[in-house]
Amino acid sequence: MATRALAHLEKDYVAVATDDLKKGENVEIAFLDTGKKVNLKVNEDVPLGHKVALRDLKKGDNIIEYGEVIGAATKDIKAGDHVHVHNIKSLRWQ
Amino acid sequence: MSSFMGFERENGRIGTRNYVLVIPVDDLSNTVATAVENNIYGTRAIPHPYGRLQFGADLDLTFRTLAGYGRNPNVASAIVVGIEDNWTNRIADQIAKTGKRVEALSIEGSGDLKTIEKASRLAKDLVQEASTKKRKEFDVSNLVVSTKCGESDTTSGLASNPTVGVVFDRLVDEGATVIFGETSELTGAEKYIADRMANAQLREKFMKIFNDYQDVIRSQGVDLLGSQPTEGNIKGGLSTIEEKALGNIQKTGTKKITGVLDYAEEPKSKGLNFMNTSSAAAEAVTLFAASGAVVHMFTTGQGNIVGNHILPVIKTTANPKTAMNMKEHIDLDLSGLLKFQYTLKEAGDKLYNLLLETASGKLTANEILKHYEFALTKLYISA
Repeated sequence: MATRALAHLEKDYVAVATDDLKKGENVEIAFLDTGKKVNLKVNEDVPLGHKVALRDLKKGDNIIEYGEVIGAATKDIKAGDHVHVHNIKSLRWQ
Repeated sequence: MSSFMGFERENGRIGTRNYVLVIPVDDLSNTVATAVENNIYGTRAIPHPYGRLQFGADLDLTFRTLAGYGRNPNVASAIVVGIEDNWTNRIADQIAKTGKRVEALSIEGSGDLKTIEKASRLAKDLVQEASTKKRKEFDVSNLVVSTKCGESDTTSGLASNPTVGVVFDRLVDEGATVIFGETSELTGAEKYIADRMANAQLREKFMKIFNDYQDVIRSQGVDLLGSQPTEGNIKGGLSTIEEKALGNIQKTGTKKITGVLDYAEEPKSKGLNFMNTSSAAAEAVTLFAASGAVVHMFTTGQGNIVGNHILPVIKTTANPKTAMNMKEHIDLDLSGLLKFQYTLKEAGDKLYNLLLETASGKLTANEILKHYEFALTKLYISA
Protein backbone atom coordinates (compact mmCIF):
# COMPACT_ATOMS: atom_id res chain seq x y z
CA MET A 1 0.00 0.00 0.00
CA ALA A 2 1.38 3.42 -0.97
CA THR A 3 1.67 6.14 1.65
CA ARG A 4 -0.95 8.80 0.91
CA ALA A 5 -0.56 11.13 3.88
CA LEU A 6 2.39 12.39 5.90
CA ALA A 7 2.71 13.66 9.46
CA HIS A 8 5.77 15.66 10.54
CA LEU A 9 6.10 14.06 13.98
CA GLU A 10 4.66 11.00 15.65
CA LYS A 11 3.26 13.24 18.40
CA ASP A 12 1.30 15.37 15.89
CA TYR A 13 -2.52 15.22 15.93
CA VAL A 14 -2.90 15.73 12.17
CA ALA A 15 -1.40 14.37 8.94
CA VAL A 16 -1.29 16.04 5.50
CA ALA A 17 -2.82 14.27 2.49
CA THR A 18 -0.29 13.88 -0.33
CA ASP A 19 -3.04 12.64 -2.65
CA ASP A 20 -6.78 13.31 -2.92
CA LEU A 21 -8.31 11.05 -0.26
CA LYS A 22 -11.90 9.84 -0.67
CA LYS A 23 -14.50 9.24 2.05
CA GLY A 24 -14.36 5.69 3.41
CA GLU A 25 -10.87 4.90 2.09
CA ASN A 26 -8.38 3.13 4.33
CA VAL A 27 -5.17 5.18 4.00
CA GLU A 28 -1.55 4.53 4.95
CA ILE A 29 0.02 7.43 6.83
CA ALA A 30 3.78 7.82 7.44
CA PHE A 31 5.52 9.83 10.18
CA LEU A 32 8.52 11.78 8.87
CA ASP A 33 10.43 11.72 12.18
CA THR A 34 10.26 7.99 12.96
CA GLY A 35 9.34 6.41 9.62
CA LYS A 36 6.50 4.58 11.39
CA LYS A 37 3.37 3.89 9.34
CA VAL A 38 -0.25 3.56 10.45
CA ASN A 39 -3.54 2.96 8.67
CA LEU A 40 -6.56 5.19 9.12
CA LYS A 41 -10.09 5.17 7.69
CA VAL A 42 -10.94 8.60 6.25
CA ASN A 43 -14.45 9.79 7.21
CA GLU A 44 -14.82 12.37 4.44
CA ASP A 45 -13.03 13.59 1.31
CA VAL A 46 -9.67 15.22 2.12
CA PRO A 47 -8.04 17.01 -0.86
CA LEU A 48 -4.29 16.88 -1.47
CA GLY A 49 -2.55 19.24 0.96
CA HIS A 50 -5.40 19.24 3.46
CA LYS A 51 -5.19 17.70 6.92
CA VAL A 52 -6.79 14.60 8.43
CA ALA A 53 -7.18 14.06 12.20
CA LEU A 54 -5.10 11.24 13.67
CA ARG A 55 -7.05 11.14 16.94
CA ASP A 56 -10.37 12.16 18.47
CA LEU A 57 -10.37 15.77 19.68
CA LYS A 58 -12.82 17.78 21.79
CA LYS A 59 -13.97 21.33 21.08
CA GLY A 60 -11.33 23.67 22.56
CA ASP A 61 -8.48 21.15 22.33
CA ASN A 62 -5.20 22.42 20.91
CA ILE A 63 -4.23 21.07 17.49
CA ILE A 64 -0.61 19.88 17.30
CA GLU A 65 1.42 19.87 14.07
CA TYR A 66 5.24 20.21 13.83
CA GLY A 67 5.00 19.29 17.54
CA GLU A 68 3.58 22.79 18.07
CA VAL A 69 0.15 24.34 18.62
CA ILE A 70 -1.29 25.52 15.29
CA GLY A 71 -4.73 26.44 16.65
CA ALA A 72 -7.67 24.98 18.57
CA ALA A 73 -10.69 22.87 17.66
CA THR A 74 -13.93 24.86 17.29
CA LYS A 75 -15.99 21.64 17.42
CA ASP A 76 -15.47 17.99 18.27
CA ILE A 77 -13.31 16.20 15.72
CA LYS A 78 -13.05 12.42 15.15
CA ALA A 79 -9.97 10.55 13.94
CA GLY A 80 -10.29 10.42 10.15
CA ASP A 81 -12.12 13.77 9.87
CA HIS A 82 -11.00 16.57 7.55
CA VAL A 83 -9.29 19.24 9.71
CA HIS A 84 -9.42 22.79 8.35
CA VAL A 85 -10.87 26.27 8.85
CA HIS A 86 -14.36 24.80 9.43
CA ASN A 87 -13.29 23.07 12.64
CA ILE A 88 -10.07 24.74 13.88
CA LYS A 89 -8.99 28.35 14.33
CA SER A 90 -5.88 30.39 15.07
CA LEU A 91 -5.06 31.23 18.68
CA ARG A 92 -3.09 34.28 17.56
CA TRP A 93 -5.63 36.25 15.61
CA GLN A 94 -9.22 35.73 16.71
CA MET B 1 34.23 23.89 -2.04
CA SER B 2 31.85 24.67 -4.91
CA SER B 3 32.13 27.49 -7.38
CA PHE B 4 30.11 29.39 -9.97
CA MET B 5 30.79 31.63 -12.95
CA GLY B 6 30.02 35.26 -12.11
CA PHE B 7 30.77 38.88 -12.96
CA GLU B 8 33.24 40.72 -10.73
CA ARG B 9 32.26 44.32 -9.97
CA GLU B 10 34.53 47.27 -9.16
CA ASN B 11 33.99 46.84 -5.39
CA GLY B 12 34.82 43.13 -5.43
CA ARG B 13 31.20 41.97 -5.23
CA ILE B 14 30.19 39.18 -7.60
CA GLY B 15 27.09 39.31 -9.78
CA THR B 16 25.22 36.55 -11.58
CA ARG B 17 23.71 38.84 -14.24
CA ASN B 18 25.02 41.80 -16.21
CA TYR B 19 22.30 44.38 -16.79
CA VAL B 20 22.33 48.08 -17.51
CA LEU B 21 19.59 49.36 -15.22
CA VAL B 22 17.44 52.41 -15.91
CA ILE B 23 16.07 53.75 -12.62
CA PRO B 24 13.21 56.25 -12.55
CA VAL B 25 13.45 58.30 -9.35
CA ASP B 26 9.73 59.07 -9.45
CA ASP B 27 6.47 58.22 -11.21
CA LEU B 28 6.94 61.14 -13.62
CA SER B 29 10.12 59.57 -15.01
CA ASN B 30 8.67 56.17 -15.86
CA THR B 31 7.96 57.20 -19.44
CA VAL B 32 11.61 58.04 -20.11
CA ALA B 33 12.92 54.92 -18.33
CA THR B 34 10.56 52.61 -20.21
CA ALA B 35 11.35 54.29 -23.54
CA VAL B 36 15.07 53.70 -23.01
CA GLU B 37 14.39 50.06 -22.17
CA ASN B 38 12.40 49.73 -25.40
CA ASN B 39 15.09 51.44 -27.47
CA ILE B 40 18.19 49.74 -26.13
CA TYR B 41 18.96 46.00 -25.96
CA GLY B 42 20.31 44.77 -22.63
CA THR B 43 18.66 47.42 -20.45
CA ARG B 44 16.07 46.92 -17.73
CA ALA B 45 13.78 49.69 -16.44
CA ILE B 46 11.98 49.53 -13.08
CA PRO B 47 8.91 51.80 -13.36
CA HIS B 48 6.99 52.44 -10.11
CA PRO B 49 4.25 54.75 -8.81
CA TYR B 50 6.13 56.69 -6.08
CA GLY B 51 9.06 59.01 -5.45
CA ARG B 52 7.26 62.33 -5.03
CA LEU B 53 6.47 64.12 -1.75
CA GLN B 54 7.76 61.27 0.36
CA PHE B 55 9.54 62.17 3.58
CA GLY B 56 11.38 60.78 6.60
CA ALA B 57 11.84 57.03 6.95
CA ASP B 58 9.49 56.35 4.04
CA LEU B 59 11.61 58.48 1.68
CA ASP B 60 14.82 56.90 3.04
CA LEU B 61 13.45 53.46 2.23
CA THR B 62 12.50 54.43 -1.32
CA PHE B 63 15.97 55.91 -1.86
CA ARG B 64 17.64 52.86 -0.29
CA THR B 65 15.62 50.53 -2.52
CA LEU B 66 16.28 52.44 -5.76
CA ALA B 67 19.97 52.95 -4.96
CA GLY B 68 20.21 49.33 -3.77
CA TYR B 69 19.03 48.15 -7.17
CA GLY B 70 21.74 50.18 -8.85
CA ARG B 71 24.32 48.94 -6.36
CA ASN B 72 23.34 45.27 -6.80
CA PRO B 73 26.23 43.28 -8.38
CA ASN B 74 23.83 41.91 -11.02
CA VAL B 75 23.84 45.45 -12.44
CA ALA B 76 26.89 46.44 -14.53
CA SER B 77 26.00 50.13 -14.69
CA ALA B 78 23.00 52.39 -14.21
CA ILE B 79 21.17 55.42 -15.55
CA VAL B 80 19.12 57.36 -12.99
CA VAL B 81 16.32 59.55 -14.40
CA GLY B 82 14.33 61.95 -12.25
CA ILE B 83 12.15 64.97 -12.75
CA GLU B 84 14.65 67.20 -10.93
CA ASP B 85 18.38 67.17 -10.11
CA ASN B 86 18.60 66.96 -6.36
CA TRP B 87 16.95 63.63 -5.56
CA THR B 88 18.25 62.15 -8.83
CA ASN B 89 21.82 62.92 -7.81
CA ARG B 90 21.30 61.57 -4.29
CA ILE B 91 20.44 58.15 -5.71
CA ALA B 92 23.18 58.26 -8.35
CA ASP B 93 25.77 59.18 -5.67
CA GLN B 94 24.87 56.10 -3.60
CA ILE B 95 25.33 53.89 -6.65
CA ALA B 96 28.60 55.58 -7.64
CA LYS B 97 30.10 54.59 -4.25
CA THR B 98 30.35 51.00 -5.57
CA GLY B 99 32.73 52.26 -8.26
CA LYS B 100 30.42 51.30 -11.11
CA ARG B 101 29.50 53.77 -13.82
CA VAL B 102 26.30 55.70 -13.22
CA GLU B 103 24.70 58.51 -15.24
CA ALA B 104 22.14 60.93 -13.77
CA LEU B 105 19.63 62.81 -15.92
CA SER B 106 16.81 65.15 -14.99
CA ILE B 107 13.83 65.94 -17.17
CA GLU B 108 12.97 69.48 -16.00
CA GLY B 109 14.16 72.05 -18.55
CA SER B 110 14.64 69.45 -21.30
CA GLY B 111 11.40 67.47 -21.63
CA ASP B 112 10.85 63.77 -22.23
CA LEU B 113 12.05 63.50 -25.83
CA LYS B 114 15.47 65.10 -25.43
CA THR B 115 15.97 63.13 -22.21
CA ILE B 116 14.98 59.87 -23.91
CA GLU B 117 17.48 60.54 -26.69
CA LYS B 118 20.28 61.46 -24.31
CA ALA B 119 19.61 58.49 -22.01
CA SER B 120 19.32 56.08 -24.93
CA ARG B 121 22.67 57.21 -26.38
CA LEU B 122 24.29 56.77 -22.96
CA ALA B 123 22.62 53.37 -22.52
CA LYS B 124 23.94 52.21 -25.89
CA ASP B 125 27.51 52.89 -24.74
CA LEU B 126 26.92 51.34 -21.31
CA VAL B 127 25.50 48.14 -22.80
CA GLN B 128 28.44 47.84 -25.18
CA GLU B 129 30.84 48.33 -22.28
CA ALA B 130 28.95 45.77 -20.13
CA SER B 131 29.04 43.24 -22.97
CA THR B 132 32.83 43.04 -22.72
CA LYS B 133 32.65 41.76 -19.11
CA LYS B 134 33.37 38.04 -18.95
CA ARG B 135 32.19 35.51 -16.40
CA LYS B 136 34.97 34.11 -14.21
CA GLU B 137 35.04 31.34 -11.63
CA PHE B 138 34.32 32.36 -8.04
CA ASP B 139 33.95 30.51 -4.79
CA VAL B 140 30.36 29.98 -3.61
CA SER B 141 31.14 32.09 -0.53
CA ASN B 142 30.72 35.14 -2.79
CA LEU B 143 27.03 34.47 -3.29
CA VAL B 144 24.25 36.41 -1.57
CA VAL B 145 21.11 34.26 -1.72
CA SER B 146 17.62 35.15 -0.51
CA THR B 147 14.47 33.08 -0.01
CA LYS B 148 10.74 33.60 0.22
CA CYS B 149 7.66 31.40 -0.11
CA GLY B 150 4.36 32.38 -1.71
CA GLU B 151 0.90 30.92 -2.18
CA SER B 152 2.19 28.32 0.24
CA ASP B 153 0.32 25.20 1.15
CA THR B 154 1.06 22.24 3.37
CA THR B 155 3.39 20.76 0.74
CA SER B 156 5.62 23.82 1.29
CA GLY B 157 6.11 23.00 4.96
CA LEU B 158 6.51 19.28 4.27
CA ALA B 159 8.93 19.34 1.36
CA SER B 160 9.93 22.45 -0.62
CA ASN B 161 10.70 24.68 2.39
CA PRO B 162 12.79 22.00 4.18
CA THR B 163 14.71 21.58 0.89
CA VAL B 164 15.57 25.29 0.91
CA GLY B 165 16.55 24.83 4.57
CA VAL B 166 19.05 22.13 3.59
CA VAL B 167 20.54 24.44 0.93
CA PHE B 168 20.65 27.40 3.35
CA ASP B 169 22.56 25.29 5.89
CA ARG B 170 25.04 24.22 3.21
CA LEU B 171 25.52 27.80 1.96
CA VAL B 172 26.16 29.02 5.51
CA ASP B 173 28.73 26.22 6.02
CA GLU B 174 30.42 27.26 2.78
CA GLY B 175 30.69 30.90 3.86
CA ALA B 176 27.97 32.43 1.67
CA THR B 177 25.48 35.11 2.75
CA VAL B 178 21.82 34.07 2.96
CA ILE B 179 18.75 36.14 3.82
CA PHE B 180 15.17 35.36 4.83
CA GLY B 181 12.38 37.74 5.91
CA GLU B 182 8.55 37.74 6.03
CA THR B 183 8.02 39.33 9.45
CA SER B 184 4.24 38.81 9.65
CA GLU B 185 4.53 35.18 8.52
CA LEU B 186 6.67 34.30 11.50
CA THR B 187 3.64 34.73 13.77
CA GLY B 188 3.33 31.54 15.81
CA ALA B 189 6.92 30.50 15.10
CA GLU B 190 8.71 33.68 16.24
CA LYS B 191 10.15 32.02 19.34
CA TYR B 192 12.06 29.50 17.17
CA ILE B 193 13.63 32.35 15.23
CA ALA B 194 14.34 34.36 18.40
CA ASP B 195 15.99 31.29 19.98
CA ARG B 196 18.36 30.96 17.03
CA MET B 197 19.69 34.52 17.27
CA ALA B 198 23.47 34.43 17.83
CA ASN B 199 23.34 36.86 20.76
CA ALA B 200 21.00 38.80 23.05
CA GLN B 201 21.28 42.07 21.10
CA LEU B 202 20.19 40.39 17.88
CA ARG B 203 17.34 38.64 19.70
CA GLU B 204 16.17 41.96 21.13
CA LYS B 205 16.43 43.68 17.75
CA PHE B 206 14.45 40.87 16.11
CA MET B 207 11.72 40.81 18.76
CA LYS B 208 11.35 44.60 18.51
CA ILE B 209 10.82 44.34 14.74
CA PHE B 210 8.37 41.46 15.24
CA ASN B 211 6.39 43.16 18.02
CA ASP B 212 6.36 46.53 16.24
CA TYR B 213 4.60 44.88 13.32
CA GLN B 214 2.08 43.15 15.59
CA ASP B 215 1.41 46.64 17.03
CA VAL B 216 0.83 48.03 13.54
CA ILE B 217 -1.80 45.34 12.98
CA ARG B 218 -3.45 46.05 16.35
CA SER B 219 -3.33 49.83 15.85
CA GLN B 220 -5.57 49.36 12.83
CA GLY B 221 -8.13 47.70 15.09
CA VAL B 222 -7.97 44.53 13.02
CA ASP B 223 -6.30 41.15 12.83
CA LEU B 224 -4.99 39.45 9.73
CA LEU B 225 -7.69 36.79 9.53
CA GLY B 226 -8.83 36.75 5.91
CA SER B 227 -5.42 38.03 4.81
CA GLN B 228 -3.10 35.61 6.61
CA PRO B 229 -3.50 32.81 5.67
CA THR B 230 -4.51 33.93 2.16
CA GLU B 231 -7.38 32.41 0.18
CA GLY B 232 -4.77 30.47 -1.80
CA ASN B 233 -3.15 29.17 1.38
CA ILE B 234 -6.54 27.98 2.67
CA LYS B 235 -7.37 26.31 -0.65
CA GLY B 236 -4.05 24.50 -0.30
CA GLY B 237 -4.94 23.22 3.15
CA LEU B 238 -3.26 25.74 5.48
CA SER B 239 -5.71 26.57 8.27
CA THR B 240 -4.01 29.11 10.57
CA ILE B 241 -1.14 31.62 10.64
CA GLU B 242 0.67 29.43 13.18
CA GLU B 243 0.63 26.48 10.79
CA LYS B 244 1.78 28.72 7.94
CA ALA B 245 4.60 30.18 10.03
CA LEU B 246 5.85 26.77 11.19
CA GLY B 247 6.02 25.70 7.55
CA ASN B 248 7.61 29.00 6.53
CA ILE B 249 10.55 28.75 8.96
CA GLN B 250 11.60 25.37 7.52
CA LYS B 251 13.27 27.47 4.79
CA THR B 252 15.66 29.02 7.28
CA GLY B 253 17.54 25.80 8.03
CA THR B 254 19.12 25.22 11.42
CA LYS B 255 22.05 27.63 11.69
CA LYS B 256 22.48 30.51 14.12
CA ILE B 257 21.17 33.83 12.81
CA THR B 258 24.03 36.32 12.78
CA GLY B 259 22.38 39.39 11.27
CA VAL B 260 19.11 41.29 11.71
CA LEU B 261 18.52 43.81 8.94
CA ASP B 262 16.16 46.69 8.30
CA TYR B 263 14.18 46.84 5.04
CA ALA B 264 16.56 46.72 2.02
CA GLU B 265 19.66 46.98 4.24
CA GLU B 266 22.82 45.36 2.85
CA PRO B 267 24.02 42.44 5.04
CA LYS B 268 27.07 43.32 7.10
CA SER B 269 28.07 39.74 7.79
CA LYS B 270 28.13 36.46 5.93
CA GLY B 271 25.99 33.61 7.20
CA LEU B 272 22.27 33.64 7.98
CA ASN B 273 20.52 37.03 8.06
CA PHE B 274 16.93 37.98 8.88
CA MET B 275 15.54 41.04 7.08
CA ASN B 276 12.39 42.86 8.08
CA THR B 277 10.11 42.50 5.05
CA SER B 278 6.50 42.34 4.09
CA SER B 279 5.30 38.82 3.35
CA ALA B 280 3.87 39.96 0.01
CA ALA B 281 6.02 38.25 -2.63
CA ALA B 282 6.86 41.17 -4.92
CA GLU B 283 7.60 43.57 -2.04
CA ALA B 284 9.83 41.07 -0.25
CA VAL B 285 11.77 40.01 -3.36
CA THR B 286 12.23 43.69 -4.27
CA LEU B 287 13.73 44.35 -0.81
CA PHE B 288 16.08 41.35 -1.16
CA ALA B 289 17.22 42.57 -4.60
CA ALA B 290 17.81 46.03 -3.12
CA SER B 291 19.93 44.53 -0.34
CA GLY B 292 22.27 42.93 -2.86
CA ALA B 293 20.96 39.36 -3.25
CA VAL B 294 22.13 37.85 -6.55
CA VAL B 295 20.05 34.64 -6.66
CA HIS B 296 16.68 33.92 -5.05
CA MET B 297 15.04 30.60 -4.11
CA PHE B 298 11.25 30.84 -4.08
CA THR B 299 8.96 28.01 -3.00
CA THR B 300 5.29 27.83 -3.83
CA GLY B 301 2.41 25.49 -3.12
CA GLN B 302 -0.57 26.75 -5.08
CA GLY B 303 1.49 28.62 -7.67
CA ASN B 304 2.84 32.11 -6.96
CA ILE B 305 4.45 33.36 -10.19
CA VAL B 306 6.55 36.30 -8.91
CA GLY B 307 9.73 37.36 -10.67
CA ASN B 308 12.20 40.22 -10.51
CA HIS B 309 14.02 42.49 -12.98
CA ILE B 310 17.56 41.91 -11.71
CA LEU B 311 17.37 38.96 -9.30
CA PRO B 312 16.83 35.55 -10.92
CA VAL B 313 14.04 33.78 -9.00
CA ILE B 314 14.35 29.98 -8.90
CA LYS B 315 10.86 28.62 -8.36
CA THR B 316 10.21 25.25 -6.78
CA THR B 317 7.09 23.43 -5.70
CA ALA B 318 6.35 20.10 -4.07
CA ASN B 319 2.67 20.23 -5.03
CA PRO B 320 2.33 17.74 -7.91
CA LYS B 321 -0.76 19.50 -9.31
CA THR B 322 0.99 22.90 -9.40
CA ALA B 323 4.11 21.31 -10.94
CA MET B 324 1.94 19.88 -13.70
CA ASN B 325 -0.62 22.64 -14.26
CA MET B 326 1.79 25.60 -13.99
CA LYS B 327 4.84 23.88 -15.44
CA GLU B 328 6.13 26.94 -17.30
CA HIS B 329 6.70 28.78 -14.00
CA ILE B 330 8.43 25.97 -12.11
CA ASP B 331 12.21 25.54 -12.29
CA LEU B 332 12.37 22.52 -9.99
CA ASP B 333 9.62 20.02 -9.23
CA LEU B 334 10.13 18.57 -5.75
CA SER B 335 6.85 16.64 -5.56
CA GLY B 336 8.80 13.36 -5.62
CA LEU B 337 9.75 14.07 -2.00
CA LEU B 338 6.14 13.46 -0.95
CA LYS B 339 6.27 10.03 -2.58
CA PHE B 340 9.68 9.09 -1.09
CA GLN B 341 11.20 9.00 -4.60
CA TYR B 342 14.30 10.69 -3.16
CA THR B 343 15.50 11.88 0.22
CA LEU B 344 15.49 15.43 1.59
CA LYS B 345 19.29 15.50 1.22
CA GLU B 346 18.99 14.48 -2.44
CA ALA B 347 16.34 17.17 -2.97
CA GLY B 348 18.79 19.64 -1.41
CA ASP B 349 21.49 18.54 -3.87
CA LYS B 350 19.11 19.12 -6.80
CA LEU B 351 18.27 22.64 -5.63
CA TYR B 352 21.87 23.46 -4.73
CA ASN B 353 23.08 22.37 -8.19
CA LEU B 354 20.36 24.42 -9.87
CA LEU B 355 21.35 27.40 -7.71
CA LEU B 356 24.96 27.21 -8.96
CA GLU B 357 23.82 26.74 -12.57
CA THR B 358 21.51 29.74 -12.25
CA ALA B 359 24.27 31.81 -10.65
CA SER B 360 26.45 30.85 -13.64
CA GLY B 361 23.92 32.13 -16.18
CA LYS B 362 21.19 29.50 -16.67
CA LEU B 363 17.95 31.43 -17.12
CA THR B 364 15.07 30.90 -14.71
CA ALA B 365 11.44 30.51 -15.77
CA ASN B 366 10.65 34.02 -14.52
CA GLU B 367 13.41 35.53 -16.68
CA ILE B 368 12.29 33.64 -19.80
CA LEU B 369 8.62 34.56 -19.20
CA LYS B 370 9.67 38.21 -18.59
CA HIS B 371 7.96 38.02 -15.21
CA TYR B 372 9.36 41.10 -13.53
CA GLU B 373 7.77 42.70 -10.46
CA PHE B 374 9.12 45.81 -8.77
CA ALA B 375 7.13 46.81 -5.69
CA LEU B 376 8.33 49.53 -3.33
CA THR B 377 7.45 49.05 0.34
CA LYS B 378 5.66 52.19 1.57
CA LEU B 379 5.85 52.94 5.30
CA TYR B 380 3.18 55.66 5.23
CA ILE B 381 1.31 57.91 2.81
CA SER B 382 3.14 60.69 0.99
CA ALA B 383 2.79 64.35 1.98
